[in-house]
Amino acid sequence: MTTHGAIPWKMESQRAYFAKALIELGERNANVVVIGADTTESIRTLEFGRKFPDRFFNVGISEQNMISVSAGLCAAGKLAFAATYAIFGVAHTYNVIRQNIAYTKLPLKIFCSHAGLTVGPDGATHQLNEDIALMRGLPNMTVLVPADGPQTGKAVHAAAEWPGPLYCRFSRSNFPTVTSIEDEFEIGPAYVLRDGSDVTLAACGVMVSRCLQAAEELDAEGISARVINVSTAKPLDSATLIRAARETGAIVTAEEHTTVHGLGAAIASAVVRHHPVPMEFVGVQDVFGESGEAYELLEKYGLTANEIVAAAHDVLKRRGG
Amino acid sequence: MVDVSDAKIRELEEKARLLRRHILKMTHQVQSGHPGGSMSACDIVTALYFHLLRVDPENPRWPERDRFVMSKGHACPVLYAALAERGFFPVEELMTFRRINSRLQGHPEYGTTPGVENAAGAEGQGLSFSVGLALGARLDRKAWRVYCLMGDGEQDVGQTWEAALSGAKYTLDNLTAFIDRNGIQQEGRTEEILPLEPLGDKWKAFGWNVLTINGHDMRQILHAIDEAHAHKGQPSVIIAKTTKGKGVSFMENVVKYHGAATSDEELRRALAELGEARP
Repeated sequence: MTTHGAIPWKMESQRAYFAKALIELGERNANVVVIGADTTESIRTLEFGRKFPDRFFNVGISEQNMISVSAGLCAAGKLAFAATYAIFGVAHTYNVIRQNIAYTKLPLKIFCSHAGLTVGPDGATHQLNEDIALMRGLPNMTVLVPADGPQTGKAVHAAAEWPGPLYCRFSRSNFPTVTSIEDEFEIGPAYVLRDGSDVTLAACGVMVSRCLQAAEELDAEGISARVINVSTAKPLDSATLIRAARETGAIVTAEEHTTVHGLGAAIASAVVRHHPVPMEFVGVQDVFGESGEAYELLEKYGLTANEIVAAAHDVLKRRGG
Repeated sequence: MVDVSDAKIRELEEKARLLRRHILKMTHQVQSGHPGGSMSACDIVTALYFHLLRVDPENPRWPERDRFVMSKGHACPVLYAALAERGFFPVEELMTFRRINSRLQGHPEYGTTPGVENAAGAEGQGLSFSVGLALGARLDRKAWRVYCLMGDGEQDVGQTWEAALSGAKYTLDNLTAFIDRNGIQQEGRTEEILPLEPLGDKWKAFGWNVLTINGHDMRQILHAIDEAHAHKGQPSVIIAKTTKGKGVSFMENVVKYHGAATSDEELRRALAELGEARP
């Protein structure tokens, strides 16, 4: 376990860490190629492209084509990263990913920025709150949701070593940096950021920081909350989550994603088979988003530390503890 | 120019008849699958697998092999028949097509069937995949080439044209595409469902070297591939005018045989027309 810094945290860009890690990887491995779709300056893969122009392909606004071209590059032996905004990269392309990547097991790494509500002013057409569900549902697919910038950079390096298809979602907005550069990051483990015995707060992405805030507030009330960063949404670290259910007896999940079939639902289905406990689900409640600043949207749609605290009270009441 | 003897042409034509017989038996035994579009593409696939492609049945993943991408996945019976006759797996296995526990899926699966280079079924993805392969070959300065077989129904699909733009942008002269222009898709004539003509002009406008041939004339097929190889700075597309159900009189140009197998009696007549010796 690591200790996690004082609030307020530094706000940092996941894209910046992503871009830097891609270049480090490109320098180390001449086999790395990057494919983009007319968002390369925005998500900063263009920085890789400027450095390695021969290994960079911008195919324009043709995301289905981007995925299949990337699959072909994988089949030719390249270590390929396809990257764009989540709404285009995995929603518009779902069946192409299904047929050309998941079914084939070609080890494409799909990295998408601009996931979730925190896209902000672009509005609901661009705010994909269903991607964890879409990608988790595909056989052979691995799904990462880094909590912050440092984890996003490490996800790039971990993905490069990962043998199969992989999707990694991150945000357009700067997120609180809740992990440190020294922290370990592997695909698979869920990381306990704060120990606790009364309730578990399990989250991914920006909601990890909000769970840490909620844990502070609960602590002031004398409630000991365990905070788990589920940075790998698939394969799920069931062992850590079931242990948390057993040891704390109540779980609140939090995600910047629909609760209909997101991380919380995945955790529930793992926990319910082994050690059912009262659960609550903080996240987007089966609605579309709208225009607004990222942090205004998180407030309006209930993705806040206050909601997590309220949900913790609720599960504790139901547990009768 | 290819210098191919008349004897070699006759040998390829005989091989194509053999593959057509396999196609009919494979789809008949399971009473499903897509014989019509398999038979229209049969001469192209025969030319590739029995004359042109540098592949090694003993080592299907040989890194230097040419890649054949079957974009019109529903026509996989012709691919499986060619792979079996080429020695990638036993010919008897063809009769497991579409059956449970078979390696010969209803649409091609990557990584399972020896010699199959891509998964296909949802139309319109194969050309993009081929563009990726061709980019990979060029990055590594490899001599292997990429061949992609599309259906004309796939010309309806937006992604086909995304791939066309990309192939031209990257001047992929190591990529040769075929369009099996049989004029029929699942529900009818292509020109009624979603008109494609002038198809060659469209590809030309998209920046491709366009060749138009009779897709059942073995010598024309070989010559066109030769011309495509010689053409530099652009990918080539060979529009092969074909007949759906080619080789069996009562199946030719009949929409139904896109996705319908023959009855026992039809199979008997069809095999007789294709020169199968009576038992």
